[in-house]
Amino acid sequence: MTNPDLVLDDPALEGPLAFVGGPYGNDRALRAVLDDAMRRGAARIFCLGDLGGFGPHPERILPLLDEFEVTVLAGNYDLALAERRGDCGCGYTHPDDNRFARVAYAYTSRRTSDADRARFGTLPRHIRFTREGVRYLLCHGSPRRVNEFLWDSASSDAFLERAARDAGADQIFCSHTGLHWQRALPSGARFVNAGAAGRPANDGRPDAWYAWLPADSRDAEFLAVPYDHDAVAEEIEREGLPPEFARTIRTGWWTTCLEILPAKERLRGRH
Amino acid sequence: MERSPVPVLALRAPKVPLLSLDTVWFQVAGTLCNLACRHCFISCGPGNRSHEMMSRAEVGRYLVEAADLGVKDLYFTGGEPFLNRELPGILEDALRIAPVTVLTNATLIDDRRAEELATLSRGARYSFEVRVSLDGLTPDTNDPIRGEGSFRTTIRGVEALHRAGFLPILTVAQTWSDEEDAALRERFHALLLELGITRPRVKVLPLFRVGRETERTRGYAPDEVLTEEHVLGYDFWNLQCSTSRMVTSRGVFVCPILIDHPAARMGSTLAETLRAFPLAHGACHTCWATGASCRN
Repeated sequence: MTNPDLVLDDPALEGPLAFVGGPYGNDRALRAVLDDAMRRGAARIFCLGDLGGFGPHPERILPLLDEFEVTVLAGNYDLALAERRGDCGCGYTHPDDNRFARVAYAYTSRRTSDADRARFGTLPRHIRFTREGVRYLLCHGSPRRVNEFLWDSASSDAFLERAARDAGADQIFCSHTGLHWQRALPSGARFVNAGAAGRPANDGRPDAWYAWLPADSRDAEFLAVPYDHDAVAEEIEREGLPPEFARTIRTGWWTTCLEILPAKERLRGRH
Repeated sequence: MERSPVPVLALRAPKVPLLSLDTVWFQVAGTLCNLACRHCFISCGPGNRSHEMMSRAEVGRYLVEAADLGVKDLYFTGGEPFLNRELPGILEDALRIAPVTVLTNATLIDDRRAEELATLSRGARYSFEVRVSLDGLTPDTNDPIRGEGSFRTTIRGVEALHRAGFLPILTVAQTWSDEEDAALRERFHALLLELGITRPRVKVLPLFRVGRETERTRGYAPDEVLTEEHVLGYDFWNLQCSTSRMVTSRGVFVCPILIDHPAARMGSTLAETLRAFPLAHGACHTCWATGASCRN
């Protein structure tokens, strides 16, 4: 499935912009983030994919994104659901991570309607626009691959420079890893990983994160928004999802899917 | 010197394109090793000089080229990399450019060496991973493959790395059957937990039936070879040779497994190797069939 890039040409893009990474079926976190972005006067809000997975209410994510008129691109989770694939495509090899990934994917798949699957299939892979002469590219994993992890400690400057050059972009927003970071490269190109809204940032804070790009700036800010995470943890437990998922939501420390973390990111977490 | 038998070449081997040069490997200790594991696919050992040690200057020239080509990450292996006295400097140079993984048997890593490495790691912006090879849960299962006493010295090295703040990745060759696989993976995690390593990381690699392994078990059968049919609609990103190259003292090779095979030498510089390669060897079949990658 190859969807054409969505190219935007909209004066509103000169205003402040919000970039929301993986909602992961956590509708309360997503609503908190979207409310926050609106309150701050976002001219436009983008969601960088992975609407379901992990959280209790994947079926509530698209309606919420529509309610806030969010511009959405496809994550690997969304594409896997659209194509009715057997797994999420994250590529875990550890037996525990595999089991957690399978449980989350099967749960999300059961709760995804045919209409939503069809909609996922039409989402663009990339979004492009120009803002004050800077060429922006939005993607889920990396500009070239929807399921490539761009971790701060595992992405060399040399590689990111090449990725930006190959993509014909000066500033790239991505997600997929669940951990936010940004880097200005020697050439002036910049990468911003918006992290994820639906899963905490493995820092012992149970908040939802998103990236904010002020008007007249290329410097992103990462914003943490508190929400009723205990209610989400209880829903996870009520739905019979693994208790480890609820523990992540409650504590802000990741308990699953840890094998993919590079050393530096893994050492910052508790598990 | 031990040599693998001449590979049976497929008549019309399919070619793997080089999609992107993301990873560069260095055979930084050549084929010299203080162990002589019975499954070693390049027959490394104390006397094997098929590939020589690489100097810091030699590695440095390739690092510059790799960075110019937009390399994403770097791997250092041997032989036993810590036999190379210039390794600390080499790793320091490499960590300025990209994330680094070093593959070791950890038998030469004591607390002082581990602390040196930890200092290097703390000062680096990029991740520095240490992968430690072990092939059994006890000396009884490990040492017949890796050598007398190696279990104990490797575990000592793992403990030293852990004390210094590393999360070593235990790398194990799958010398057991597929049926036992899940249980054994769990048991290697359990072994690390018993050592007090609360965040165990384990990577399992398939056996490659080349080098010394051909004497321990067998070589490749003539039908263990890839044809166009195998790669019809196949996603070449799954093969590490679509995104990486291996540098040794003898030039640049397609991958870490095939450096004993002259046909796998693709050039003297990385730039000369930015082209497709025929998947003509039995080992190519192993990567294709198992989804294996030498990467973390």
